[in-house]
Amino acid sequence: MIRACLAALLSHWRRHPLQLATLVIGLAIATGLWSGVQAINAEARAAYDRAATVLGQDRLDRLVPEGRPLTVGDFVALRRAGWAVSPVLEGRTGTGLRILGIEPLTLPKAAATPGLPGLASGDLRGFLAGTLALAAPETLARAEIAGNLPSLTLRPAADLPPMTLLVDIGLAERLLSRPGAVTALLVDPAQPAPGPLPPGLAPFLARQAAKADDGLARLTESFHLNLTAFGVLAFAVGIFIVHSAIGLAFEQRRGVMRTLRALGVPARTLAALVLAELLGLALVSGLIGIALGYALAAALLPDVAATLGGLYGAAVPGELGLRPGWIGAGLGMAVAGTLAAGAQGIWQLVRLPPLATADPQAWSVSAGRTRRMQARAGLVLLAAAGAALAFGSGLWAGFAVLSGLLLGAALVLPAALAAGLGAGRAQAQGVLAQWFWADARHQLPGLSLALMALLLALAANVGVGTMVASFRSTFTGWLDQRLASELYLTAATPAEAAAIRAWATPRVTAVLPIAWAETPLAGQPGEVFGVADHATYRDHWPLLSALPDVWDRLAQGRAVVVNEQLARRAGLELGASLDLPGGPLPVAGVYSDYGNPAPQAILGVASFTARFPDVEVTRFALRLPPAGVDRFVADLGRAFDLPDEAVIDQAGIKAFSLRVFERTFAVTGALNLLTLAVASVALLTSLLTLADRRLPQLAPGWAMGISQARLARMELARTLVLALLTAMLALPLGLALAWVLLAVVNVEAFGWRLPMQVFPGDWLRLFAAAMAAALVAGLLPAVRLMRRQPADLLRVFANER
Amino acid sequence: MVVEVSEVWKSYPSAEGRVTVLSGASLGLGAGQSLALTGESGSGKSTLLHLIGGLDSMDAGEIVLAGTRLGGLGDAGRAALRRGTVGLVFQQFNLIPSLDAGANLAFQARLAGRHDPDWCARLAQAMGLQGLLSRMPDQLSGGQQQRIAIGRALAVRPALILADEPTGNLDEATGDAVLSLMLDLVAQAGSALLMVTHSGRLAARLDRRVHLQGGKLAKPDGLAP
Repeated sequence: MIRACLAALLSHWRRHPLQLATLVIGLAIATGLWSGVQAINAEARAAYDRAATVLGQDRLDRLVPEGRPLTVGDFVALRRAGWAVSPVLEGRTGTGLRILGIEPLTLPKAAATPGLPGLASGDLRGFLAGTLALAAPETLARAEIAGNLPSLTLRPAADLPPMTLLVDIGLAERLLSRPGAVTALLVDPAQPAPGPLPPGLAPFLARQAAKADDGLARLTESFHLNLTAFGVLAFAVGIFIVHSAIGLAFEQRRGVMRTLRALGVPARTLAALVLAELLGLALVSGLIGIALGYALAAALLPDVAATLGGLYGAAVPGELGLRPGWIGAGLGMAVAGTLAAGAQGIWQLVRLPPLATADPQAWSVSAGRTRRMQARAGLVLLAAAGAALAFGSGLWAGFAVLSGLLLGAALVLPAALAAGLGAGRAQAQGVLAQWFWADARHQLPGLSLALMALLLALAANVGVGTMVASFRSTFTGWLDQRLASELYLTAATPAEAAAIRAWATPRVTAVLPIAWAETPLAGQPGEVFGVADHATYRDHWPLLSALPDVWDRLAQGRAVVVNEQLARRAGLELGASLDLPGGPLPVAGVYSDYGNPAPQAILGVASFTARFPDVEVTRFALRLPPAGVDRFVADLGRAFDLPDEAVIDQAGIKAFSLRVFERTFAVTGALNLLTLAVASVALLTSLLTLADRRLPQLAPGWAMGISQARLARMELARTLVLALLTAMLALPLGLALAWVLLAVVNVEAFGWRLPMQVFPGDWLRLFAAAMAAALVAGLLPAVRLMRRQPADLLRVFANER
Repeated sequence: MVVEVSEVWKSYPSAEGRVTVLSGASLGLGAGQSLALTGESGSGKSTLLHLIGGLDSMDAGEIVLAGTRLGGLGDAGRAALRRGTVGLVFQQFNLIPSLDAGANLAFQARLAGRHDPDWCARLAQAMGLQGLLSRMPDQLSGGQQQRIAIGRALAVRPALILADEPTGNLDEATGDAVLSLMLDLVAQAGSALLMVTHSGRLAARLDRRVHLQGGKLAKPDGLAP
């Protein structure tokens, strides 16, 4: 019985290969977009895990600086006091390479990093001499890494995080231009502590318990959450296609199912067979989708890696591995999505009485009722989104607002379109115009899922597009303010810095020293800068809010200005007090600091020097007429032997920053485009699957004297009108989405808020893209209708031949 | 003559090769006349009806409808002729599901630019449809839908009504009532009526009756019509 039933059920797909293709393509695309995003996230998380456990961070206590930076002198003092500690110096070069300097002779065994054992046998001398370094194979594969370190022997160490170079601490000092600096001291657990910390050092050291450093995972969580949200959106859009195809297959097989029931097949057996059929389709489509996802992730990963590097300094390899986690999750989503899409049909099948009518009319009779119920549910979701906005907090509340907004609007869409089409019908004069509007309204039940998908795709495009364009516009203006100086110089040593300063002073308008130190700010690792009192800052610095005499206060050492991230995280209003080494200072200003995840504060240079007496100034900003920059750089090159990265001109930094910015949003741009493409496929497949059902509705018009060509033109126009109305509704939804992204999600995720700007030119382009997508989707069914043989149309009327 | 059919041939492709359905069928029908077309299932009755209505094209022969040779017309020409000259009534009613009953009733007349609200109102009244005009087709019974379909065909005051088993989906009493109404209104409109039916009882109520057999038309007694 089962074999016969299955044969009867599966014969449907043989007769409707297009429907089968729709189902498989829809599910494969949905799974592909979802698993692609998951593959990227899995790769990045694996990289963070490697970073989190390097040098036994998860097993060893550390001594970290408090109040003033650590030095090699502190290390020596502790060793003399009997403390089994080992120094670590960590930092980044101008190219973003993370330098991890260790002292292998004192390094605790628990910190043994894979690759280091090799050092015990002869290479140790090279390592200690600063001629040997270790790095992950993918790091070594990057040509610029080896190119920038020609004097080093580079050896692969598989478990080091990407873009990390493990070197002797002496070499790290030179590479980072931080002589004598130590960022942390590892405490060997094998040797008990000889007692309390020496009294001279105790105030400046804090003992940090062993824990995996999940800082990167925390910092990048919002980025991955954004990607996951995009993946879910794309998956939802794909599932619309699947739902449409499965729904149609159920409807067209009602007759067969009724007959099978009448012939004695129990409802549960029938439901189980349909379920098995759907699971089989889900697994096949899911596997295709995972292959698509792998290709997508492999294509996008380099951009994502650049984004994570640019935004967070997180090193992620640009190459993708196959991980069981996302493959399993992809297949799971394919199965879950198929079951969700088919649940309604299976439920109806279980309850199908053997004598139920096979007439699909009942479906459209209840369409109006369904539409009203959907609209009510949509309004409830929109209200819930409003409540989450008003009363919620945190990133998840932001995403709850987004979900409620998008899902609510999608559910309200059919009712809104029905109202719009009804208004069109009321205004129409001619009989064809009236039929056009009435028929478009009649098509809504069959097309509403595809139109919802289009709405979501367009709204996401408007929303994310507005966010990116607002960001680009603000960011460009901000760069102009922030990078007001023409040149930025970094000397290798304080002595070189002094020499350059003396040489440059008579040749430029101003030499502005930039003093810099790392120190905890409001409980988080942060940076403090000391800047000169100069018009460069007074006139240009991008202050969001400030006391009237902010720069005077800063110059006199009576105040500090902080970046927006620090102000938001620590809840610092103007006038509030910020704890700093050497005593607290009131906040006199807050400035925008896009692209920087860390807290930052600025002091007057005198105040800075008093608070950080050991910090030597090796960086300068130079003011000079822009026309003289090239000549100055050439003269500087002749006077001093400076590496290329030591002199950065303003245009170079801007170009680099904008490049990082563009790559950051290349991924969202690609996902946006793919989502719109999927929505277009959803519309096409819905129209194609509806085409057969349309015939009985169109044939009477043809019989009464409307030519096939005219009917085809009307069909195409109907699709375009529905797409246009959907696009018009997507615009306000997209703007609301942009507002939530800029005012809620970004603030929670990155710590800064951007002013929202609108770009009507972009909307017009998107509208054109939406209409083009609808035209492509509507053209094929229209052409097929035009080329139909009269016999196909006559079959609607004919009882016999 | 409203319609003259001369030596019409029509065949269809099938798995076993081409199947000839009509082989030299001929008939004529004048204004105000009604003709019943009977025959076995598959004898080609509907095919002949479709050819006369310009819904399909013949392989050979000639059909002249209201003075126009159908063979010389393209799709657009045949569509234009159908709009103003032919009223079609089908067994499945084939109302436009997106329009209410009133809009369906007036649809073809408005399409042909011949909408007469008074005539439509009279048709609606005569068919007992006044209270139903704002309903959608799926809210009407089969008999009500068929009355709308008949009204739609008559509203344009066509020269020829082609009805394909118009009562085939209705019970006997409803079918009789609908046919009486149609005959009465056809007479009022001055149209000719060609009706395909399996029922000898219904066929007997029309002016003439022809039988389609072996692809040719014959009177029931075997004489050419």
